[in-house]
Amino acid sequence: MVIPMAIILDHVSHIYEEGTAMEVAALKDVSLTIPDGQFIGLIGHTGSGKSTLVQHLNGLMKPTSGHIYYNGADIHEEGFDKKELRSKVGLVFQYPEHQLFEVDVFSDVCFGPRNMGLDEKEVQLRAYAALKQVGLEDDYFYQSPFDLSGGQKRRAAIAGVLAMKPEVLILDEPTAGLDPKGRDEILDQIAALRDETGITVILVSHSMDDVAKYVDRIVVMNQGGVMYDDEPVNVFRYYKELEAVGLAAPQVTYIMQALKEKGFPVKTDIITIEEAKNEILRALGR
Amino acid sequence: MGIIEAKKLIFEYIRRDEEGNVEGITRAVDEVDLDVKQGDFVAVLGHNGSGKSTLAKHLNAILYPTEGTVWVDGKDTAEEKYLWEIRQTAGMVFQNPDNQIIGQVVEEDVGFGPENMGVPTKEIWERVEESLKAVGMYQYRKHSPNKLSGGQKQRVSIAGVIAMHPKCIILDEPTAMLDPNGRKEVIRAVRALNQAEEITVILITHYMEEIIHADKAIVMDKGHIAMQGSPREIFSQVERLKELRLDVPQVTLLAYELKKSGIALPDGILTYEELVEALPFRQKTDRILNG
Repeated sequence: MVIPMAIILDHVSHIYEEGTAMEVAALKDVSLTIPDGQFIGLIGHTGSGKSTLVQHLNGLMKPTSGHIYYNGADIHEEGFDKKELRSKVGLVFQYPEHQLFEVDVFSDVCFGPRNMGLDEKEVQLRAYAALKQVGLEDDYFYQSPFDLSGGQKRRAAIAGVLAMKPEVLILDEPTAGLDPKGRDEILDQIAALRDETGITVILVSHSMDDVAKYVDRIVVMNQGGVMYDDEPVNVFRYYKELEAVGLAAPQVTYIMQALKEKGFPVKTDIITIEEAKNEILRALGR
Repeated sequence: MGIIEAKKLIFEYIRRDEEGNVEGITRAVDEVDLDVKQGDFVAVLGHNGSGKSTLAKHLNAILYPTEGTVWVDGKDTAEEKYLWEIRQTAGMVFQNPDNQIIGQVVEEDVGFGPENMGVPTKEIWERVEESLKAVGMYQYRKHSPNKLSGGQKQRVSIAGVIAMHPKCIILDEPTAMLDPNGRKEVIRAVRALNQAEEITVILITHYMEEIIHADKAIVMDKGHIAMQGSPREIFSQVERLKELRLDVPQVTLLAYELKKSGIALPDGILTYEELVEALPFRQKTDRILNG
């Protein structure tokens, strides 16, 4: 069986102000394959090229060299439907609640599908389904989006993208500024959505603990290039290298390192609390 | 009297519909008493909408109490004549560094505050130098703020506040938008200011790990203080914090989970070192050594 490859980046570079004294390479020769249904964590320090990369995935930015294929088609080839691409590859920006604008939550979520030219019944069905997917209760549907709490606003904004039924959902720091419970709720909901619908999810995050807990694969960006691309447990083995580029490992990895340094017989390739608990219990002979 | 004191502080705002009719009144801060001593490091926790930012905005007279009183260095914030003195005494740093930086060059940005206060030019430059050194950004003084990382920009924002020689600095989620390194840099700079310069720090955050060194933590819920105590006392109450939509540091959570599985550990473990010391592995090694 051939596994469909939703997005392929082939030697993609993006150079700002190319050929001038101000030339900056924001992306350098990035090649990535993103199969359907994967949950990917994209990490990197501020300015490492993460945001530039995700804006290439739905054609908002055009590479200065290289090619991007979506389901086999080159997205910058003449005749490629970019508008459709943008509904298939949904991008939720940082602080997406700043983009809420309608009089009530339901109308706001309808905006995307209506813009796609769908008939009104389909628009409303999709809006309803999307709001349910992000876990917003009916009570909020006809409230002004501005009267919602921070976490609710963010869900409403994510629903606005989901209502376009994307095949790929990209979230740029969806939990920034939320309280711990709000962070867990949003990420749990996204993980559940992925499991139910098989949507591909790309999570841009500064929280190593969150990434370790949720994703199948981590792509680490540094200076516009891909530094590591592997399963979380393999990426976080390089915690010293990650620290050198402004990142870190999940906190539990450091705890296990500290235990090992003390001479205790524990494994250190541990990235979640659950794993750490089990490993310590095992080493204690419980 | 402490540097910041509040007595029965209440803040209400009136919600209006589109026609301007009053829909209702929301009490964002509800009878809060505060007493912060000069040199303290106080952390304020609380879920989104718990009232912590509204409370913080009372501490440098951005908002005034609906009822009750707030004193900053003994001055009632509701009295307009104290406004500028209060803002100089208690400086504020916000979440987004890009909204707080105005200068084209780092040192100009930091000099803006003291210049506005009418500080003589020579002294402005002295203050800029010491402030940038205090946050570890002196070598970037000639740089454009646009080219700095998030953590560096936020440290420049902090330097801009401390150049005004405040006795107190209030930080409202200063690390929410930063990468792990940026978060570390900012928290390190804040702790250094608190310890070396004895500046009072009030830190609002959603990251539990950032406050383990605080002298005191306050947890807000529905506008009032739901819990207060040392970080260890607060983080010993894992269940209660979860009810309040909060969390504990990962180390504390791991210790809590191990304890639930029957390992004898004290409550409120805050650092790796404490956990490593407390785990019963040690006895095992001792046994081998003594055996």
